[in-house]
Amino acid sequence: MQVGLFVTCLVDLMRPRIGFATLKLLERAGCTVVVPPQQTCCGQPGFNSGDRESGRAMALRFLGDFEAFDYVVAPSGSCTGMIRCHYAELFPEDPSLQARLNALSARTYELTQFLVDVLRLERVDSTFAGSCTYHDSCSGLRELGIKEQPRALIAGIPSAELREMDKPETCCGFGGTFSIKLGDIATRMADNKCQDVLSTGADAIVGGDLGCLLNIEGRLRRLGDQHTRVLHVAEVLAGPEPEGD
Amino acid sequence: MLLTSSSFKRNVRRKLEDPSLQRNMKRFGGRFVEARAAVMTEVDNLEEIRVAAAAIRDRSLANLDSYLVEFEAQAQARGTQVHWAETAQDVNRILIEIARANGVRKIVKSKSMVSEESGLNDAVAAAGMEAIETDLGEYILQLAEEPPSHIIAPAIHKSVEEVAELFSEKHHTPRQTDIPALCREAREQLRPHFLSADMGISGGNFLIAETGSVVIVTNEGNGRMVTTLPRIHVAITGIEKVLPTLNDFSTVVRLLTRSATGQSITNYVSMLTGPRREGDPDGPEQSHIILVDSGRSRLLGTELQQALRCIRCGACMNHCPVYQNIGGHAYGWVYPGPIGAVLTPSYVGLENALDLPQASTLCGACQVVCPVKIPLPELMRVLREKSFSQGLRPWHERWSIMLWRTAASHPRLYAGLTRLAARLLRRLGGKDRLLHRLPGLDGWTEGRDMPAPSGQTFRELYRKRKA
Repeated sequence: MQVGLFVTCLVDLMRPRIGFATLKLLERAGCTVVVPPQQTCCGQPGFNSGDRESGRAMALRFLGDFEAFDYVVAPSGSCTGMIRCHYAELFPEDPSLQARLNALSARTYELTQFLVDVLRLERVDSTFAGSCTYHDSCSGLRELGIKEQPRALIAGIPSAELREMDKPETCCGFGGTFSIKLGDIATRMADNKCQDVLSTGADAIVGGDLGCLLNIEGRLRRLGDQHTRVLHVAEVLAGPEPEGD
Repeated sequence: MLLTSSSFKRNVRRKLEDPSLQRNMKRFGGRFVEARAAVMTEVDNLEEIRVAAAAIRDRSLANLDSYLVEFEAQAQARGTQVHWAETAQDVNRILIEIARANGVRKIVKSKSMVSEESGLNDAVAAAGMEAIETDLGEYILQLAEEPPSHIIAPAIHKSVEEVAELFSEKHHTPRQTDIPALCREAREQLRPHFLSADMGISGGNFLIAETGSVVIVTNEGNGRMVTTLPRIHVAITGIEKVLPTLNDFSTVVRLLTRSATGQSITNYVSMLTGPRREGDPDGPEQSHIILVDSGRSRLLGTELQQALRCIRCGACMNHCPVYQNIGGHAYGWVYPGPIGAVLTPSYVGLENALDLPQASTLCGACQVVCPVKIPLPELMRVLREKSFSQGLRPWHERWSIMLWRTAASHPRLYAGLTRLAARLLRRLGGKDRLLHRLPGLDGWTEGRDMPAPSGQTFRELYRKRKA
């Protein structure tokens, strides 16, 4: 099974070790993973800011980079949501192009969704130890229905303890460019999220989207919390990853 | 209503720094959310009813012209006088004409958000008449001289203590914070007005085309007083509120009250069909309805038409994490929250409410609870596209997006730029590896210390590893 890894622009730039953790998980699960070197971004930042052309241009790139694979996997519910839900409306004037894109979107998965729903993986080998609380990122939850998959995998790690926070489904305030345009509302929303995270007393806050994690970590550190670990679910599932960072 | 949506960002800052608003919003917090979730468990086929309700609303809108004509004919046949208001100003003009022709001096009002659009109370006062709000929340706000901040719970931004203070000051009564006692106090103030008013004004949750009825769904008895005691009743509502049949209404109302306050049904559901007939024990001598367009028909046939499905339950704002933190006033017009972020720019002009479609993380919480399945995030994105393509967004935003798109379309350029950025960010992160300030991204770093990246991109590291 050939899987194309869509690293996502944020992971590529801000936290490569999430990409390596994803790679490790997929390879351990028996996939042949290829990282197309030409890949850039799914186009969501521009698309959500009202530039439809960003969506179209990036969808075409995505098609060129990934059409050859059996599956495409991304360590992000947000980018996967963009591809699965929004690429479907981008080329109404070209039905055959749209059909190819739809076929590719349909085999594009968020990491935990792919591991659990496609590969039917029930547990992963991870040496992660400690308590963690899981934040449901909005696109993953509401566009893709990701809720149980990451929890099931974390629960399968013997040395990990999952503690639910209050309102795990409430947005952390990231919203891509939202947090730049309307930073003060975003900060207040992040405060609420940090409060809910800290109330669990968990060692780590875990999520499936680096955008949300950077937002939460950025706010936690500014509020003076230097010890709560902020981890991508791939990092937890793959165990500590010394390389790449 | 005074439009302040163009200063949204300033409004937000003020609201975030207003301790009493913040306290009251926290207290309000999840009450409606929890009540809705609990009552929805009564319905074993919620999703099917939502689909049906959305289809009913779509059918109403797709044939709006014929259903409105049918409504008019049916209403007239039962003695209601039907008036058409193309603009908000027309609403005020028509209402004042009816009032003047009948020597009206005092008006009692039950809740009507549409009348807020035209600033009806001010127009009535300017015409030398008195309009008294009788919905408890609206009454409080009229005393406080404030606009509503929520479409079904207009005074949700006020605490009991603030209301107690206000009543004591305006009624010259001893201050009391017991809620039933405050309600009694308001009732005592309002009763003489109900009995002496010449005209009652109400809104209308729905118009039933097949019977010519106006439906009012409410929890307070004032709705019945306003529509039956005075000799003239005027209902004011939007043209989009029409439903083909009573059967359709029975479907939609199952979702309306549950989505709104989390009740299986409200205390009152009134169907008003014409004036008092011979032998009727009560009812007005004259029944009027003002059907308001005021921007609505402009949305028909566009991508935004789905917004007209709205049945005004307020669930979208109750569940919106942005609304929950800033309250309704920050949105700067009649309709706050996600539906307001779509309707306000559509009704008052995008250029006058540019920030509203941006005031969402597109988290989708609104869409999930909307009883008529309005794709609110998608509609906000449509408005963002309009803002962008019409060049209404700030130049630096447009330029950043276009630069980003260009770079991301050229992989080698993109690889070079991201390599550079990774190194630069690493250096800016300094010893503690935290980014305290990022020029151009102040909105982000004002409240955050962002973890700096490691200095090399994933693709660089991957290539090295492969080599």
